[in-house]
Amino acid sequence: MPEPLISAERVPAATVQDGPPALAVSKLWKVFGPRADKIVGTPLAELPRPELLERTGCVAAVRDISFTVAPTEVFVVMGLSGSGKSTLVRCLTRLVEPTSGDVLIEGEDLRAADQRRLRELRRHRFAMVFQHFGLLPHRRVLDNVAYGLEIRGVAKAERLRRAGEVLDLVGLSGYADHFPDQLSGGMQQRVGLGRALAVDPRILFFDEPFSALDPLIRRDMQNEVLRLHHEVGKTMVFITHDLHEALRLGDRILIMRDGAAVQIGRPDEVVGAPADDYVRDFVADVPKSHVLTIRWVMRPVRADDPLDGPELGADVVVRDAVRAVLSSAAPVKVVHDGELVGMVDDEAILRVIVAEEP
Amino acid sequence: MNKTGKLIAVVTVGTLALTACGSKIESSGSSGEPSKAACGTVNIAVNPWVGYQADAAVIAYLATKELGCTVTKKNLTEEVSWQGFGTGAVDVVLENWGHPDLKKTYIEQQKVAVEYGLTGNKGIIGWYVPPWLAQEYPDITDWNNLNKYADRFKTSESGGKGQLLLGDPSFVTNDEALVKNLKLDFKVVYAGSEAALIQAFRTAEQQKQWMIGYFYEPQWFLSEVKLVHVNLPPYTAGCDADPAKVACDYAPFDLDKIVSKKFADSGSPAAALIKNFQWTNEHQNAVALDIAVNKLSDDDAAKKWVEANSDVWKAWIKS
Amino acid sequence: MTTLSAGAVRRAARLPRSWLFGGVVAVWVLLWIPLHGQDTLALSTSELTSLHERLNDLRDAINNTRGSSPVFSAFFDVIREAVDALTVFLQSLISQPAYGRPVPLIGWLGVVVVATLAAYAAGNLRVAVLTAAGFTSFGLLGYWQQSMDTLALTVAAVLICLVIGIPLGIWAGLSDRLHRVLTPVLDFMQTMPTFVYLAPLTLFFLIGPASGVIATLIYAMPPVIRITAHGIRTVAFSSVEAGTSLGATKWQLLRTVRVPLAKRTIVLGVNQTVMCALSMVTIAALIDAPGLGQVVLRALQTLDVGTAFRAGLAIVIMAIVLDRVTTAARDRVEARYRLGPKARGRRRIVLAGLGVAAAVALYLSYTYVWAAFFPGPAGTGVVGGQVAAGVTDASDWVQLHLGAVTDAIRNAISYGLLNPLQALIAQSPWYLVSAVVLALAWIVAGPRIVPTVAVCLGLLVATGLWQEAMVTLAATLVATVIVMALGIAVGVWMGRSDRADALIRPTLDAAQVMPAFVYLVPFLGLFGASRFTAIVAAVVFAAPVAIKLVADGVRGVPATVVEAATSSGSSAWQVVTKVQLPLARQSVTLAANQGLIYVLSMVVVGGLVGAGALGYLVVAGFSQSDLYGKGLAAGVAVVLLGVLLDRTTQAAARRMDAGTRRGRDQ
Ligand SMILES: Nc1ncnc2c1ncn2[C@@H]1O[C@H](COP(=O)(O)OP(=O)(O)O)[C@@H](O)[C@H]1O
Ligand SMILES: [Mg+2]
Repeated sequence: MPEPLISAERVPAATVQDGPPALAVSKLWKVFGPRADKIVGTPLAELPRPELLERTGCVAAVRDISFTVAPTEVFVVMGLSGSGKSTLVRCLTRLVEPTSGDVLIEGEDLRAADQRRLRELRRHRFAMVFQHFGLLPHRRVLDNVAYGLEIRGVAKAERLRRAGEVLDLVGLSGYADHFPDQLSGGMQQRVGLGRALAVDPRILFFDEPFSALDPLIRRDMQNEVLRLHHEVGKTMVFITHDLHEALRLGDRILIMRDGAAVQIGRPDEVVGAPADDYVRDFVADVPKSHVLTIRWVMRPVRADDPLDGPELGADVVVRDAVRAVLSSAAPVKVVHDGELVGMVDDEAILRVIVAEEP
Repeated sequence: MNKTGKLIAVVTVGTLALTACGSKIESSGSSGEPSKAACGTVNIAVNPWVGYQADAAVIAYLATKELGCTVTKKNLTEEVSWQGFGTGAVDVVLENWGHPDLKKTYIEQQKVAVEYGLTGNKGIIGWYVPPWLAQEYPDITDWNNLNKYADRFKTSESGGKGQLLLGDPSFVTNDEALVKNLKLDFKVVYAGSEAALIQAFRTAEQQKQWMIGYFYEPQWFLSEVKLVHVNLPPYTAGCDADPAKVACDYAPFDLDKIVSKKFADSGSPAAALIKNFQWTNEHQNAVALDIAVNKLSDDDAAKKWVEANSDVWKAWIKS
Repeated sequence: MTTLSAGAVRRAARLPRSWLFGGVVAVWVLLWIPLHGQDTLALSTSELTSLHERLNDLRDAINNTRGSSPVFSAFFDVIREAVDALTVFLQSLISQPAYGRPVPLIGWLGVVVVATLAAYAAGNLRVAVLTAAGFTSFGLLGYWQQSMDTLALTVAAVLICLVIGIPLGIWAGLSDRLHRVLTPVLDFMQTMPTFVYLAPLTLFFLIGPASGVIATLIYAMPPVIRITAHGIRTVAFSSVEAGTSLGATKWQLLRTVRVPLAKRTIVLGVNQTVMCALSMVTIAALIDAPGLGQVVLRALQTLDVGTAFRAGLAIVIMAIVLDRVTTAARDRVEARYRLGPKARGRRRIVLAGLGVAAAVALYLSYTYVWAAFFPGPAGTGVVGGQVAAGVTDASDWVQLHLGAVTDAIRNAISYGLLNPLQALIAQSPWYLVSAVVLALAWIVAGPRIVPTVAVCLGLLVATGLWQEAMVTLAATLVATVIVMALGIAVGVWMGRSDRADALIRPTLDAAQVMPAFVYLVPFLGLFGASRFTAIVAAVVFAAPVAIKLVADGVRGVPATVVEAATSSGSSAWQVVTKVQLPLARQSVTLAANQGLIYVLSMVVVGGLVGAGALGYLVVAGFSQSDLYGKGLAAGVAVVLLGVLLDRTTQAAARRMDAGTRRGRDQ
């Protein structure tokens, strides 16, 4: 049986917000190029990318992006290569200096932080996992994992102990004395992950961490992230260009195009209600029965509906509902919070499944 | 650990074995030889020609062996040696060829050096040809006939004229003016170094090539190949007063010694030795030949000469 | 007026460049016929311009104020004394009698053992054996003390180079601004022929070891700065970013990421600096730097080829040892941190053992005569005498029997190529040459080079040595043509055949480090005192670089491309001319550029063997007080020629490269 695109294990993001969001971004811009600061807020900013480049020599890598991420949520940013994802995620840690806009980390204004405070935040509050790992080839795996703690000034014995624990956590027990280039790509990225986890950050940023890996290993690593999220419950901002990855991991997905946000929503929202043709093209090949919940295929309750059929929750994925719906003579009742919100019949289910056939 | 232990054992045993034989190094303070009158260190500039080297070899040998001085030889060009007087880097220049300009600067103006008498060597500068040429064309040693042969002296360097080869730029030369003023159909070509000049004469003699060039005595090479002097209009006092109008042979030089003021005033026995030092061209050539051709070290060449000529040098250290 | 107008050049820009080039030369030759001999700015050797006199006066003024001027007592003297202290200390360790002892503190046994163990610790067993053999050979050749003097000076210079150069290089790796400022300065330091600054240096730092070390510093510092900066700049950005993202400070990044990752490259820089230092220390014998260079210079005075070669051989051996050890150390950089804890422990034990052995050797060589004085006959050493005699015989034989052939070669090149070219360049009016040079530079390198070239030409006129410079330029061009012909022929051969490469490369290495003074005498015997001898000396020095660059370029052409060409039926000749050389073009242009610079750096040596012109003037200025200023001006003229040629060829190479790329895109 193929694995579900949406893991049942996922910890639902805290829906009730107590305190500030983990991350709040508003009207964020990043323009590369000469006199980049003179673009935002002028009509030039409205120009499409190629024209802006022609006129000013500047590239608007991130344009006017706003979103919030709740604590423990997995927030995925997705887009084609060049759409500005890496720049965006680096703006969130100020590895790239934003041109304008606000970034609040747990309510604290990141852009107002001075260098010292910024270092503090980087050392304690968040950590990042990179596409090309960025490991230090001259250090053992253990020392790579301990690197963040070393930077922070943790004593040697303590940081090595902690790094050892993290190695167990990321499944690299026994590789402590290896050097990065003695490991496979997947294992190297586990080291990268371990390095980020070792400092026990509250937010983890991932910049396409698995793009450089083989598909099979990529799947493993995605499971690993899900498992870790389950175990340690960190807030995660995850960049990918792979829709399947986005759908598997994301509580919510931000779709970017040419630097701007096209749509923000839950996976089923993105698949079920694409914001425009761009997104529609994107999701065209997704097996909808794996993503859509029956909420997306139900119809309103009619007066003449027989109510003796079985009940299913509104968040059950279509594929999991197929058997129940088809084997029941009567339409299935869709229930949410104990209330009947709609009905699903054979035809609705079949429409989704048939549409997926090539 | 075991290995290290063995290693240490081996090393220790080896050390003991080695220390059992062989004599120890003695510091010079406790050396057996009684030191003579306090002489100190003498810094002798050694200019880049073998005749000078011969002077320096003999003086250094005597100063070390007879007077117990420490001698430091410094290989320097003339100009740079004179600079050394002021800074204390050089105490002695043993064979000075003229240099009125340097004398003016360092003796008269800066007053850091003093003249210290003649070496007894006579410097003869002039134009020379290889012996085979003088033999086959005896009239070539008269400058009046040079133009007759100018064609034969042509080379790839002389631009259609006869070639007159000059050597080390350290030496004062009037040759460009001479060629012009004597209306010779020659071009001055700079060999650039004494080595190049000697090699050219050597090849010319060996392979019977036509060649005329600037040379000088005393010079060890003359003991190997007896170059023949070409007679220019004879030197008369003052005929070289205006360098641009020179049309006569070079004045014979009396080579002299220069020492730093400080050294002269030091009362060192080496200063007396250098002041008294005087010998002939033959003496110098003998030592120079041993150094240059017979490949003796400076010390060995000096020793050989010293042993054979004690009557000469005894006079230098008497007073 | 003969200057081509800008419009004409632009209009003509559509013609192929080689046509334009030919056109300009043709016009030049046509104009030469009526104009030659006019306005050549000739100056006879003893004539001085007011500039030269002013330089003489300046020299005198500096000389006279040395005692009183605070600039000297507070600056130059301080530097000199510091350098002197270091040098004298190193010399008293290994080469010169010191502290009331008749021998240095460490005798030959101590030096050999310590050097060997150090080579083992820094590199591996192979280089340790090489080091032991090499160091022993210094003694066997009879030059133990001289070799140690050379080594002491080299070490002193390298230490100072590293102490200044590595931090500066790291800084330049971090700061774009410093990098921009430093690059032209380093370019200049490297293009300036070494002899040119020897005379002025003694003015400020006097003669002796300190000046020798300082001259060496100037020459040997640029590589380590440049290569360190390059290493720091090319550290994988992803590692730096990862460090930053974890909150590393700049200093932490430098210490934990940048320097460790650049270490291998930095050690390469150290290697280059060591090699440069060694070659310069030998030349510094001219200002009384002690060591093997002195032996070579002395031997030159008595035309003693054998002795010169013997000392040259010791220098070559030292160069090989230092090169191999630093190269092994570079490879070791990576291997070292890979040692597991067990291997690390073992290594520590081995090193401790080595330390004990070294201490024992030091003690023995400090205490016992047999371990202090290298055994063997004084002067000639155990084998030195035979080596020298053999080489002298061989050299005599060659001179005696090949004279006719070599004369013919000299005359062919001189009459066929050099004299016509020199007549054209040096006999044209200066304005004509200037216009032609500007036009040609524009054609090959683009309009942006024109101001630089114009400034260089203007300054050349101002030195008062225009004609001399043109004579030198002609010889330089001929030498470079020969260098490139050799470079391409031999380089292609080496690039295509591993066997040829293995055979030739060691010879090239040796030719590069063998001091030129060693082979001047045999060349003089073969070719006489002439410009051609100078050209041959320059070719021997410059060709190895060009050959290696071309060989590496040809080797770097992807095998698949060559395979494709061969499989489509190309002959070997076609593969070379149509595939390998065009693809190795960057290397070939670099070879031409480097060849030119190397040839120019031999101009002064050429002056010693009959090249005349600028080279002779530098030598003359060095030894005749009247000509001091003129010699200095000649040195500056050499530098100007260097800057002119270097900039133009570099710009031409860049432009050619850009042109190829553009062509490919279309
Ligand atoms: N440092 C930079 N300077 C200039 N342009 C940049 C820089 N970094 C990224 N860009 C440009 O910004 C755009 C977005 O890049 P990036 O954020 O890397 O996209 P993604 O990660 O989605 O592939 C691209 O057009 C890229 O060329
Ligand atoms: Mg990216």
